Amino acid sequence: MTESDVSNSSPDPKSTESLAQEFRSTRVRDAVLVPILAVFTGLLIGAIIIVITDSTVIDAWRHFFDDPGGALLATWNSIRVAYGALISGSLGIVEIWQGLQALLHGQGGAALGQAMIPLAESMTQSVPYIFAGLAVALGFQGGLFNIGGEGQLLVGALSSVYVGYAVTGLPWFLHLPLALIAGLIGAGIWGAIPGLLKAYTGGHEVINTIMMNWIIISLSAWLLKVGGPMSRGKLPITPEVLPTAQIPQMFATQGNRFHWGFFLALIVAALVWWLLYRTTLGFEIRMLGANPKAARYSGINVKRLYVIVMTMSAMLAGMAGSVQTLAVDRWVGLGFSGGLGFDAIALALLGKSHPLGVVLAAILFGTLRNGATRMQSVARVPIDIITIVQALVIVFIAAPAIVRWIFHLRTEGEAAGPIFTKGWGS
Amino acid sequence: MSASVTSFTSSDSYAARKERRKTIAYGVFFLFVAILIFWLFASNSEGGVISTMKLNPVTKAKIIRVPDLKLPTLATMIIFGVITALIGFYQVIRGFKNVYLWLGIVALMFVFTFLVWATRGKSINLLGILTFAVAAASPIAFGALSGVMCERSGVINIAIEGIMLAAAMMAVIVASMTDSQWLGLVAAILTGGLLGAFLAILSIRFMVDQIIGGVAINIFALGITSFISQRFLQPIPGLNSGGVFKRIPIPGLSQIPIIGPVFFNHTPIIYILFLLVIAIHFMLWYTKWGLRTRAVGEHPRAADTLGINVYLVRYVNVIIGGMIAGIGGAYFTIGSVGRFDENITAGKGFIGLAAMIFGKWTAVGGFAASLLFGFSDALQAKLQILGKVQVPIPSEWLLVIPYVVTMIVLAGVVGRTVPPAADGQPYEKQ
Repeated sequence: MTESDVSNSSPDPKSTESLAQEFRSTRVRDAVLVPILAVFTGLLIGAIIIVITDSTVIDAWRHFFDDPGGALLATWNSIRVAYGALISGSLGIVEIWQGLQALLHGQGGAALGQAMIPLAESMTQSVPYIFAGLAVALGFQGGLFNIGGEGQLLVGALSSVYVGYAVTGLPWFLHLPLALIAGLIGAGIWGAIPGLLKAYTGGHEVINTIMMNWIIISLSAWLLKVGGPMSRGKLPITPEVLPTAQIPQMFATQGNRFHWGFFLALIVAALVWWLLYRTTLGFEIRMLGANPKAARYSGINVKRLYVIVMTMSAMLAGMAGSVQTLAVDRWVGLGFSGGLGFDAIALALLGKSHPLGVVLAAILFGTLRNGATRMQSVARVPIDIITIVQALVIVFIAAPAIVRWIFHLRTEGEAAGPIFTKGWGS
Repeated sequence: MSASVTSFTSSDSYAARKERRKTIAYGVFFLFVAILIFWLFASNSEGGVISTMKLNPVTKAKIIRVPDLKLPTLATMIIFGVITALIGFYQVIRGFKNVYLWLGIVALMFVFTFLVWATRGKSINLLGILTFAVAAASPIAFGALSGVMCERSGVINIAIEGIMLAAAMMAVIVASMTDSQWLGLVAAILTGGLLGAFLAILSIRFMVDQIIGGVAINIFALGITSFISQRFLQPIPGLNSGGVFKRIPIPGLSQIPIIGPVFFNHTPIIYILFLLVIAIHFMLWYTKWGLRTRAVGEHPRAADTLGINVYLVRYVNVIIGGMIAGIGGAYFTIGSVGRFDENITAGKGFIGLAAMIFGKWTAVGGFAASLLFGFSDALQAKLQILGKVQVPIPSEWLLVIPYVVTMIVLAGVVGRTVPPAADGQPYEKQ
């Protein structure tokens, strides 16, 4: 996709019109239909996994020949309860409708406020996804695979939280930016290391970023353990961020955690779009991703660019951690990142590494993840089902041929995906 | 003409100067290590203190006993420090022919002095560390062997971590259900083969970018194992108690002092590893299939022209590679602790890939590199036991060592490594 963008920028003299039209139609279909079908198929297989691991359903199918209807009903119920909880826990459309009616009948907005919580929470959960997804997408655009989001966002969160509780006596308009900048710097340094290694030694960024993840996980265990440098007395968590460094939440309703960070995430997404498609640096990044050799021959300082892309990518991932802690959690504990760095890969692929696509994909997965929490408590389906769905989505996006084969779509030329497998360097 | 000659000589001297600078850099590094030995260790020790290294197993097995190593702490350090400094001076002035060998020697001396310092006035069971090092190295070595199988045929397998994770869980489930670790091992191998086949189909049939395909399998494995763990293993503890393979000392070999207990008193999984190292080495370099594998990994088009079925070779190698990773996965559960925990592999699969690169894509080299990683693991575990007074370094810092070493290895500090020429490139028949 990046490749076609770059090659398209040079005008083709013959039949530009019809070619462009044809290109647009396949491109639109590939960009919209394939991701939708990929998510749909992922959820479908997720449903199958839920059903075949449900002991009630298995029992019902054991007695299939005595009671075939019962078996089918049990299967249907299992899916209905699980995905029903997923939907009501993430959107709550029915409750919102009832709340609206209550408001119109002059019964006050309390019910509506309560009903808005699931939807608001979905948006809240999308915020770190947007940042982390943008991080991986930016790396993809530059031909770098940043799997280190997990560690980078932990570094970002720890740096921000440290400034948030250790620096005192500042007004909020200084303290909050300072905490955010601390996160940016921390995560940036954490990402610059694999970037430098990639540029100057050829060490593959995939393994190096994963190693960096394990390093910060070990170090954070030391920082946060009881009696460690950042622990809160007898608890293995950091002290709470001071109110002056907190990102304010927007609604007073108890349990509604929606905060201004959501809009910050959208602004950052717009900035990333502007950087990629409206600046020279962005053009160089996309060229590096599409064809590193061509980039080198055209005089771009590839090594410097690797470091820049990796650092910026890590900073975006760090924002995910910083904003999440400053706005929602207000402290950091062990196991903070919880797989977010990996989810981000699915988001970037799903969004075709385009900032708008990433934002939409992030909102979708934030919603799914939020609903999955309800699904876990109501239907007792472990939240990891979402991780499985994400892995399937990655497979289907990376191999659109599988989706086309399942749904009998016509093939009209393969859109080239990002390419990272270039040996181990060095 | 004379101009071209001078340009040759000048570029020649440039290369020589670069070489000279590198030589001096290594020498300075060796001197730096010597200073570290004096500054960190020797200055913190007192005279008259003895460090004891035990070289006999704790069990009362009937083997030939060797006397314990009793070293005067301070003297040992001074001697090692001086030797390191001499090596450094020689390197700066003259330069060793094989600098990497001396780098290894210096590193070894540094680690040994560290050990002597950490055990000052106490005793440590060196044999125990070495034995545990071999066990801890085994999953990394399986990962490295799996990588060798796949990458020699030109497919990058970054899914080793996920394959190990899934296999570890299947092993413990089947072992718990059947009360047989051997059946658990078979289940692990089958799981590994299945996921290997999946990777092969993605990367060969669908030509998915191999890194993306591998990452997808890793995420899938993480998701499905956590899912099943929460859904079944936690509510039904009977499913998560597969027991552990028993140690089987090999008659005769296990009697040899030091080497016997370190290498020949282990669970069958470790012996399978030894056999596999030999088998894969032999297969790669002395059989027709090995020649084909290497041909496909270096130049698939040429191999195809000669009538070799590129796809078949790659499918078979990647599936076998998956099975090997599966055995490595079994180590985590039925080979060591007997139960499955979420993300129990903790990045060992990736470290295995680093070991493969370190070992220059050979079975024996990968195994040797794994032993290094295993040793750092074992050291870390032992130092934790020695306690804070002996080793005033937080144990979490020591946990970081294998990961840092991996990054240093990848950076190519220890010699250049050359992967198979077609590593990671999908092949399209014309």
